[in-house]
Amino acid sequence: MQIFSCPFCGPRPEPEFHFGGDLGNDRPGPDCTAEAWAEYLHFRNNPRGTAEEIWLHVPCGELFAMRRDTVTMAADPGRALGGQP
Amino acid sequence: MTARRLPQGGEIDRSRPLSFTFDGRPVQGFHGDTLASALLASGERILGRSFKYRRPRGLWGAGTEEPNVYADVTDGSRFRPNLRVTLEPARDGLALRSANTSPSARADRTGFLDLFARFLPSAFYYKTFFRPNWHFYEPAIRRMAGLGRINTAAHPAPDGDQLNHHCDAVVVGAGPVGIVAALALARAGESVVLADDGSRIGGSLLFRAARIDGQAGADWLAGAEAELARLGVTVLPRTTAFGVYDHGVIALNQRRDDGPDRLWRVRPRRIVLAAGAIERPLPFDANDLPGVMSAQAALSYLRRQAVLPGQRIVIATNNSSTDEVAAAMAAAGAGVTVIDARKGQQVARALGRREVTGVVLEDGTRIGCDCVLVSGGFAATIHLHAQAKGRLHWDDRRLSFVPEAPLPGLVTVGAAAGHFSLAEAFAALPAALGLAGAPVAETAPYDVTPVWPRPEQKGRVWIDLQHDVTAKDVELAARENMVSVEHLKRYTTLGMATDQGKTSNLAGLALMGQLTGRSIPEVGTTTYRPPFAPVPYTSLAGLRGGPRMNPVRRLACDGRHRAEGACFGDYGGWLRPAHYGTDESAILAEAKMARASVGLFDASPLGKIEVIGPDAATFLDFIHYNTVSTLKPGHCRYGFILAESGVVYDDGVLVRLDDHRFVVSCSSAHVAGVHGLLEEWRQDRFPAARIAIHDATAETATLTVSGPKARETLAAAGINADLSDAAFPHMTVRWHGHGEGALRLTRVSFTGDRSYEVSVRQDLAPALWDRLVAAARDQGGGPIGIEALMILRAEKGFIVIGKDTDGMTRPMDLGVSGPLAAKKVDFLGRRSLHTQEAQRADRNQLVGLVPADGLGPLPVGAHGIDLSAATPRSIGYVTSSHPGAAVGHPIALGLIERGATRHGQEITLHHLGKRRRATICPPCFLDPKGERLHA
Repeated sequence: MQIFSCPFCGPRPEPEFHFGGDLGNDRPGPDCTAEAWAEYLHFRNNPRGTAEEIWLHVPCGELFAMRRDTVTMAADPGRALGGQP
Repeated sequence: MTARRLPQGGEIDRSRPLSFTFDGRPVQGFHGDTLASALLASGERILGRSFKYRRPRGLWGAGTEEPNVYADVTDGSRFRPNLRVTLEPARDGLALRSANTSPSARADRTGFLDLFARFLPSAFYYKTFFRPNWHFYEPAIRRMAGLGRINTAAHPAPDGDQLNHHCDAVVVGAGPVGIVAALALARAGESVVLADDGSRIGGSLLFRAARIDGQAGADWLAGAEAELARLGVTVLPRTTAFGVYDHGVIALNQRRDDGPDRLWRVRPRRIVLAAGAIERPLPFDANDLPGVMSAQAALSYLRRQAVLPGQRIVIATNNSSTDEVAAAMAAAGAGVTVIDARKGQQVARALGRREVTGVVLEDGTRIGCDCVLVSGGFAATIHLHAQAKGRLHWDDRRLSFVPEAPLPGLVTVGAAAGHFSLAEAFAALPAALGLAGAPVAETAPYDVTPVWPRPEQKGRVWIDLQHDVTAKDVELAARENMVSVEHLKRYTTLGMATDQGKTSNLAGLALMGQLTGRSIPEVGTTTYRPPFAPVPYTSLAGLRGGPRMNPVRRLACDGRHRAEGACFGDYGGWLRPAHYGTDESAILAEAKMARASVGLFDASPLGKIEVIGPDAATFLDFIHYNTVSTLKPGHCRYGFILAESGVVYDDGVLVRLDDHRFVVSCSSAHVAGVHGLLEEWRQDRFPAARIAIHDATAETATLTVSGPKARETLAAAGINADLSDAAFPHMTVRWHGHGEGALRLTRVSFTGDRSYEVSVRQDLAPALWDRLVAAARDQGGGPIGIEALMILRAEKGFIVIGKDTDGMTRPMDLGVSGPLAAKKVDFLGRRSLHTQEAQRADRNQLVGLVPADGLGPLPVGAHGIDLSAATPRSIGYVTSSHPGAAVGHPIALGLIERGATRHGQEITLHHLGKRRRATICPPCFLDPKGERLHA
């Protein structure tokens, strides 16, 4: 069982987290092409090695960014997503 | 009957005899026996039947590697299938049933299968059992295949037991090397867990001679045990380390006599793998006969339980480890002949039908015997290293895969690292563990010469005993181009099943290498995955079973519903009244009552998520398909939330309490999902200080009063707000009372009749229920369950998301296309609604369906079919079906291709081989103009 580190709560076991998608999969505007929308909606990075992802810490409800290695499964501490105050 | 118990020696206590049964026959043993040693001493040779050909099989090993002999064990009220008899201590009163046998190992009815073996090669069943289809054969094959049989009459298995543990080091394997490692770490102040799958610690010291630091092995072990206790090392015998998982978790399964197995989930800083090595068989014809067994296992039975496995013993070997075995067997009184491949002698064939009676050497010499002890060299137990993604190196001198290099946090030592002599293993310890020194052992060096199965070798050379794979099967796989090691495994099942090829893998790889001109490391190994040895499901599940898996949620008025005689059901995790009274006929009666006078319904699980803040309206405009910001305070609006795919995710009524405060009411089963969706988009796109989201579902109870007498019921219950249509019109919200007991009245309808949702702090709900139910009864009404509500809403054509919609349903398919054309701002799923797929004309659309054949309600799930083509084609299906309450005929809703354009058409429905006829109509059977809402 992996240990992830929520930027607000600290290290917690993996079942407390939900995957939230690739970091940087920005939502295109309403007038984007069908291809751009499909890219956003369906295509995932699925890298071998370093992955930048969004995770949700369910008990505190906060989304955060986390860098993870999909080969070694090493996970860096999560980073708060600097939303506006 | 050639094995026998020696009159003295071993670790058994002859003053404590015991007895258990095996296939119904009594077996005598002593305290200190394993089930296997007692069975061996009893002279019973045939202890199981092979998996595929039902050949008689006896014991091969003495530990976790045993491929042949498993038993289902009943111990009073406790039943455990598939126990490895080599690891279980013998106990008085156990009842064992052999695996793969019918009725018993000795007299198996299916033994004839072996006569047909030449017609049952590898992959036979892939090539045979597909006509007409696999399911035709499956029941019979499933009955014969598999190992143990569950005793369904036995008490259910007790809940498993689990522990989480943190420590500095876990040492896997408590042989001499593991013990030395544990002692060294503990002396340095580390907290250490020392686990071993044997009944006691000591490993090879329990049956092999050794001198350590000048002491006899047994004396050294006694001293070491005392020091382990003194240093506080957690010593876990009968505990198998079966898996290394991500982030350094190691899982141990501890077998206990006084309770269920216990799962240890340990997070050490370091894992020391001292798991030893497993002896391999040698390839010769009929090397699977009962009486052919591992030489090390035989030595263990002799020294630990004083069982001599035969009187005239042939030892077939390719290495130096059998020197001690030969001497020990001879000293115990057996006649011993050693056939040593290092001296150019090899066994070609074992003789005997039900057990071994002799061997024929490659040079044709015949030797009569009653037992063949085999050593084909050792394979390091590197499973946990490999599970942790450690790379392997083929050691051509020791003929074993060994860890290429230690992993961060996992170091392999001893025989598991290929150091098959104790002296060599100790000498390598200081470097591996960073120690200043290690004990010195005096042992002979290990010397081995390769003996592998050869292509075209005569006879039936068994490679995998547990899954009945022979050298010929590997040759067949090579001929059919299944040469990759993963293909070889799947095609022949080599290395599968509960022993995971512990004894067989290398022989298979070596033969495949010869057949394809590759070396063993070029062939490579299959992926190692947990578990190393079988683990009971109870252990893995722990306490997460039954009602603890998903604790049921109870309504605030639960006691009131029970008092009313409610029949409960699980609806989206909530225990809710399906109807009142035990008889399902109450459902229609309740629906009719609600149409005639008034029904009181507990709608508390309905989602009530509050969205608060100056940007709340902008935020909800983005979340909802419908425009929210134009809604006036005090008003309600029905709408959809879409997924980004454009599919309808949820529906519900949105209430605007004031400029900056909304209540999103979502489907009962969708609250967590909608809450998560709201949070995700708030955090992604909106300023944190300007929107707050609070799920008030659990703290707020909601009671719905619906029917022509709803207004009178509220008034009679003392809710004397101005309930006139002018003061409190449909789709508005009002407050009654102040402070903590305030009621929030929402005039919305999920029935088509005048309805009020009354929401109150949940602890105040039972008192409110009492007032409302009394008032409803005075009006000729009463409580209704969720099943009656389902009829009422279907009559009006109100949908339930996920029931009347599926993973393709867009809002336009439900007849709601206005916002897509009119809404000015972007919203969730918008772009998806403009795709070609979303705009197709032949989409399934929501319709009403009325039976046209007078045969009663339509079955839910019945498919509409288009019979115009050669083969019938589905044109959608029935999603909801009910008898009518206010409507005088059965009604149904469905998703039908181009449904909105087909009103009035009759279609054919197909369900479980039967045909029905139905007429398509608009999805509203009652009061399409909405007059009842104001009645």
